[in-house]
Amino acid sequence: MPQIFHRSSNFLSRASIIGAVVLLGLLTLALWEITMSPWYTNQNLTVQQPVPFSHRHHAGELGIDCRYCHTSVEKSSFAGLPPTQTCMTCHSQIWTNAEMLEPVRASYRTGQSLSWTRVNALPDFVYFDHSIHVAKGVGCTTCHGPIADMALTYRAGTLYMSWCLDCHRQPEKYIRPRSEVFNAFYTPPSGNQQLELGRQLVKEYKVAAPQYCSACHR
Amino acid sequence: MSEEITSRNSIDIEAIRLKLERDGGKRMWRGLQELSDTPQFRDAAEHEFPEGADSNSGINRRDVMKLMAASAAMAGLSACTKLPTEKIVPYVRPPEEIVPGRPLFYATSMHQAGVAVGLLMESHMGRPTKVEGNPEHPGSQGGTDVFAQGSILNLYDPDRLRSVVFESTMSDRSTFASSMGNARVNFETKSAGLRILTGTVTSPTLGAQLKKLLAKYPEAKWHQYEPSGGDSVREGTRMAFGKPMNPVYNFEQADVIVSLDADFLTTGAGHTRYARDFARRRDLAEGPGSKLNRLYVVEPMPTSTGSVADHRWALRASDVEGFARQLGAAVGVSVPAGAGTSAVPADAIDAMGRDLTAHRGSSIVIAGEYQPPFVHALAHAMNAALGNTGKTVTYTESIEAEPVNQMDSLRDLVNDLNAGKVSFLVILGVNPVYTAPADLNFASAIMKAQTRIYSGQLSDETGQICNWQAPAAHYLESWTDGRAYDGTVSITQPLIAPLYEGHSAHEILSLLMDDVPQSAHDLVHTYWESQGPEKGRAYEAFWETSLHDGIMSGTALPAASATLRSDFVQQAPSAQTAPSGLEITFRPDPTIGDGEYSNNGWLQETPKTVTRLTWDNAVMISPATAHQLGLADGDYVTLQLNGREAKGGVMLVPGHADNTVTVHLGYGRSHGGKVAAGAGFNANLLRSSTTPWIATGLQIKKTGDTYTFATVQHQYAIDPDTQGGGQDFASETAFRRDLVQIGTLDDFKKNPEFAQNESNQVEYHGPSLYPNFKYDGYAWGMSIDLNRCIGCNACVTACVSENNIAVVGKDQVIRARSMHWIRIDTYFRGGLDNPETYFEPLPCMQCENAPCEYVCPVGATTHSPEGLNDMTYNRCVGTRYCSNNCPYKVRRFNFYLFSDYTTPSLYGVRNPNVTVRSRGVMEKCTYCVQRINAAKIRSEVENNRLIADGEIVTACQQACPTEAIVFGDINNPNSRVAKLKAQTRNYGLLTDLNTRPRTTYLARVRNPNPEIRA
Repeated sequence: MPQIFHRSSNFLSRASIIGAVVLLGLLTLALWEITMSPWYTNQNLTVQQPVPFSHRHHAGELGIDCRYCHTSVEKSSFAGLPPTQTCMTCHSQIWTNAEMLEPVRASYRTGQSLSWTRVNALPDFVYFDHSIHVAKGVGCTTCHGPIADMALTYRAGTLYMSWCLDCHRQPEKYIRPRSEVFNAFYTPPSGNQQLELGRQLVKEYKVAAPQYCSACHR
Repeated sequence: MSEEITSRNSIDIEAIRLKLERDGGKRMWRGLQELSDTPQFRDAAEHEFPEGADSNSGINRRDVMKLMAASAAMAGLSACTKLPTEKIVPYVRPPEEIVPGRPLFYATSMHQAGVAVGLLMESHMGRPTKVEGNPEHPGSQGGTDVFAQGSILNLYDPDRLRSVVFESTMSDRSTFASSMGNARVNFETKSAGLRILTGTVTSPTLGAQLKKLLAKYPEAKWHQYEPSGGDSVREGTRMAFGKPMNPVYNFEQADVIVSLDADFLTTGAGHTRYARDFARRRDLAEGPGSKLNRLYVVEPMPTSTGSVADHRWALRASDVEGFARQLGAAVGVSVPAGAGTSAVPADAIDAMGRDLTAHRGSSIVIAGEYQPPFVHALAHAMNAALGNTGKTVTYTESIEAEPVNQMDSLRDLVNDLNAGKVSFLVILGVNPVYTAPADLNFASAIMKAQTRIYSGQLSDETGQICNWQAPAAHYLESWTDGRAYDGTVSITQPLIAPLYEGHSAHEILSLLMDDVPQSAHDLVHTYWESQGPEKGRAYEAFWETSLHDGIMSGTALPAASATLRSDFVQQAPSAQTAPSGLEITFRPDPTIGDGEYSNNGWLQETPKTVTRLTWDNAVMISPATAHQLGLADGDYVTLQLNGREAKGGVMLVPGHADNTVTVHLGYGRSHGGKVAAGAGFNANLLRSSTTPWIATGLQIKKTGDTYTFATVQHQYAIDPDTQGGGQDFASETAFRRDLVQIGTLDDFKKNPEFAQNESNQVEYHGPSLYPNFKYDGYAWGMSIDLNRCIGCNACVTACVSENNIAVVGKDQVIRARSMHWIRIDTYFRGGLDNPETYFEPLPCMQCENAPCEYVCPVGATTHSPEGLNDMTYNRCVGTRYCSNNCPYKVRRFNFYLFSDYTTPSLYGVRNPNVTVRSRGVMEKCTYCVQRINAAKIRSEVENNRLIADGEIVTACQQACPTEAIVFGDINNPNSRVAKLKAQTRNYGLLTDLNTRPRTTYLARVRNPNPEIRA
């Protein structure tokens, strides 16, 4: 009886098994790359805004406190986006004719709000609260990155749940003294010193860093 | 499908009666279907969802799998969609006080049949989202009812009238204003023919405006017709005291209460406050020494009040007068006896009389709104004879701006319309074409007026046939004032600018008489400045305080002297022998009222107290009378009354009086909006203006068809004995465990721990494979006092509002897919004719050993360190294992996309702090975790202080008019909830399953009169 399969079948069957495994692996890798890519996470991408507002200039060079504009960051879940009036406190006096600022002046004239594109957005089933994070010593730049150096604002982290949990599992890695929360130029002590400081602050501030579901999802 | 569901005809009333008798009246039961063990009940009991609930009829499972294969493959990718781009739109100039992300609360008030009810509104960035009771308002003291809770949905109703409409074409505000201005110029020379029709007006400002209008246009007339007000209270005081007065009851001081067909806990002026006061006297915090009140009720149709009574008799509405005469004679009111009422034995009446006389000055006799005036007068006479007047019952001047007999007022209007005397009719906020009794034939009469102006929320039956339709402002969009049940002036302030060109009644009247029309705000503001001593700045301070508090302090009407007319008995209709023939009683619906809330999905889907019917009204009849007439549950019948006709489905109601039928108003709307369309039948078609509430001579004819009701009574039944029950249950108990613990005050005194037994003790710690949780911080728990619960459903509606719970519709309710997170389980005990009724509100038990948690394959339901059974929607894949494993049946599954994602106006009503659930996920009570988290964050931001007891209130607790629900930290022994749980009445449900529920109950303790044999 002749062989049903040609000898090359051995190779083909082996190749297809290995190939399938490799292919699956590649596919997984590709999907992973896609999910972690800025295209998907919007991380490190600037977006078109009605006015090219520069945090580098305002928060960095001029040193305006975060809370001058984000007024409700200490008392509400939402940090707050400044009303046009806040922009005009200064810009009715300086750069009054700058073309770049025309949308701001138009808004103030007409009463039509500026419509900004959200940079740091969470899914609707996540309930994040700024006030508690600020109160527990999580600095602005811990999540929002080097904001004082952003000419145009971009998302500094992936804002994935794993990204949240990284800190919620080990808050001592990131926590800073409350006095430094709004310091846009704060540099954490290196390595073990941060962990030491962090552990002390976690105790002092009673940081619970909850990891149960209803802390954020409800 | 529907044939399976309605296997009504297998109910054999006589067999049930025999079974119940054999059992000696101690058996708890849920309804007729259970007692006769119909296939429908079996199905509901054995499966959580009825057979076929999880399939689409006509498609089998394989087909679904085939069809779904492709979409299932794609569904895996749905998690990979990129987040949509969102916009942030900040203010240009920020309003004061608004902190984005934090709600603000404003005091305001709504009018229920004209009477102001104080509310506290939650507002998110200018968008009202939730109604609460105003703790500072005497009419609510923080409690609410279903109507208040549901009223916010009326604001966002997508069917609202959206612009001024003239002769069926779209018009606008200014055209309407100028047209009214032209009319005004004409009235100044000739005002004959101008008529205004309103509901009951307690608003002093509106009253003053109307009086000013009548003074300016002497030939104009003002008519009032409030469809569910009932003239009897007013006319009863007129009969007793010679002038209309306003009775105010103090139930907190009352030891003995007799209700003559009065459902004072859920209807009528002041009911929310009355429920609270009543419940305070059902409290057993002081153990066996507590002073409980005692409530006697006679009524035709079981209500909340009748269900919590210590003694209740089912009496035809027309027999209540005879009973009142007998009781009057027993307490010393000289009144000739009427026709005897056999339903209440004479010795019971004597015993009640003795009980009342033993509590002179601390008892109350109260007559129902829909009883004739003479019964009210008798009740007033009894209160006077018992020395209650001035103590538990006080009388004030009427709270109405112009108290008139409204049925007469409406009849006058119809007569004038028919005589052609009316040329210009203005209808403000009422819908007489639908609500007026049929004999007045309002729809044809109104056409005789040349100009018909209608202002209402919907383009309803009346609006449809008016020349001008001006959208009425919702109470959350307008300024007005009103008087509460005790006369306290309550300000209504708007929370939002009118969504659709809404006019308030003040503004329309102003257009008709003022040269320069004024805004509602200015009218109310200046009216009160003219009334008080404060002017200028001092007045502004007073005004601000009044707005802040929601009430003008010290404006409750003082008690007026009320001397009983000696001749009131002579005014009584001569005592007649009980009318023969079948009687029919009309009542406003318990959840949608007289039709004001017909188009409200929340309220349509709220199961009505006792019957637990949704989306329908029914021809409600006692099982005995139905048997006599050859009617079965679900028969579709024709009702004939004096030549008028209506068709509806028959519903057998245990505890209903014999030889009478009750129907609820508010259904059968022809132009009531999309939600109301097709629900129930219009009972107004049977009514006559001479006998609007009680009529005799009813004929019932079977049509041969059947009607399917969406009742939830047999759905989600806990722990029925489906193994051996049904066939011969006389020897068995219906439920393996005692779900409702009941004792009398005597039982309680003898054994304060009567509620404890092996099957329900909370401390049961059986062996468990799982380690116990440790709770170092807070441990949330809830206690529900069954002795306080009146089954009013305020908690159910509040939960819907707070937690964005979807409305599913009648068809889905029939399939046991209603989404309520808390339900009022209703149980009966005793015979069919007059069973005792027990309510048991059932939210999630938040078990320590939660059966749901162990079976979730994806970790979507987990245990929080504070003891909550968290439900994470974004993890849920919809296996429904958790629901299957829940012994309490509190989990709800989104079989379809029940949440409305597409109607923009409904976005507004949603609570921004709770996820709007999508299709395919499980959901359940969370103990309002959004409120818990908000309080926790607040406390930790404020220097890591502890959360105070009472700082977190759940939505159900906050809404509860009787304070039956208490939530708090059970780790804190001083918290209210911990103290309640320490009471001997405390027990848990199904604790022998070792679930260790966090929600526990306080047993019901009845206080029957030992002299009366039940």
